[in-house]
Amino acid sequence: MAASDNDFVRIENPAAGVTVLVPTADIDMSRSPDLRSSIKEELKPGLDRMIIDLSEVQYMDSSGLATLVEAMRLAKKDSVGLHLASMTDKVRAIFEIARLDAFFSIKDTRQDALDA
Amino acid sequence: MKKAAQHSEPKPIKIELVSDPMYLCGARELVSCIAHRVGFGDMECSKIALALDEAMCNVIRHGYNKETDRPIWLTIYPQKPDADSFGGIEIIIEDEAKQINPEKIVGRDLEDIKPGGLGVHIMREVMDEVIFEKRESKGMRLRMSKSAPRPDEAPRIGQRSSSQTQAQRQVS
Repeated sequence: MAASDNDFVRIENPAAGVTVLVPTADIDMSRSPDLRSSIKEELKPGLDRMIIDLSEVQYMDSSGLATLVEAMRLAKKDSVGLHLASMTDKVRAIFEIARLDAFFSIKDTRQDALDA
Repeated sequence: MKKAAQHSEPKPIKIELVSDPMYLCGARELVSCIAHRVGFGDMECSKIALALDEAMCNVIRHGYNKETDRPIWLTIYPQKPDADSFGGIEIIIEDEAKQINPEKIVGRDLEDIKPGGLGVHIMREVMDEVIFEKRESKGMRLRMSKSAPRPDEAPRIGQRSSSQTQAQRQVS
């Protein structure tokens, strides 16, 4: 496990070329900037896959969605596979309200994201 | 749904917040807790909290240009069921931001996927009614309301669920 610049996002490297970001609390306007910083910091050259594990996030607002949309664009530009994993039903609901559930690669579990 | 001025009991709650995003969580917990009490289920409470969050974020971001010391007034009218309705909730958010034409407050095209611009769409998707208006003195007012589900679709007043009890603890 690697240290992160902020306490809100835990960084893990389960395999070579794979980085998992684990936000550890709700993602709203006050915390989205920290998530954005962590994503940009971890999108390094040589990275094959980034997984954002949302299992510890009980709430997300549109600032979180905006951060993830931006992350998806950056990942595509760098040819990094970005997967979202382990969403709670309440978090999944906002993706559906915003009709972004088809835009992202959403996996039920972190293992599914590792296997994808 | 009845108009706010016609509410009898319970009385509304009105609080003054400052435009600091760190207090969004408290506003969300408050409205979620009250929504539970008037009969909304867990998922709907979470969505109502989301609508409130989006509304307040818009005030902070666009109305106050992210200044963190400006006032935001939040009023919540719980509406108990009666002979005419299953009850519901009305939320009013007022500010002192620059007034704009309410007709110009629209969400972006969802087909155009890009960061931001989703708040108004989310509010309209979640709530039954969303009305922006200019306040009489200065600033803007947003009224949002949502009717509660039928009694057989969600726990009613007096039927305390474990999540409801948890939400109340978090607020207290």
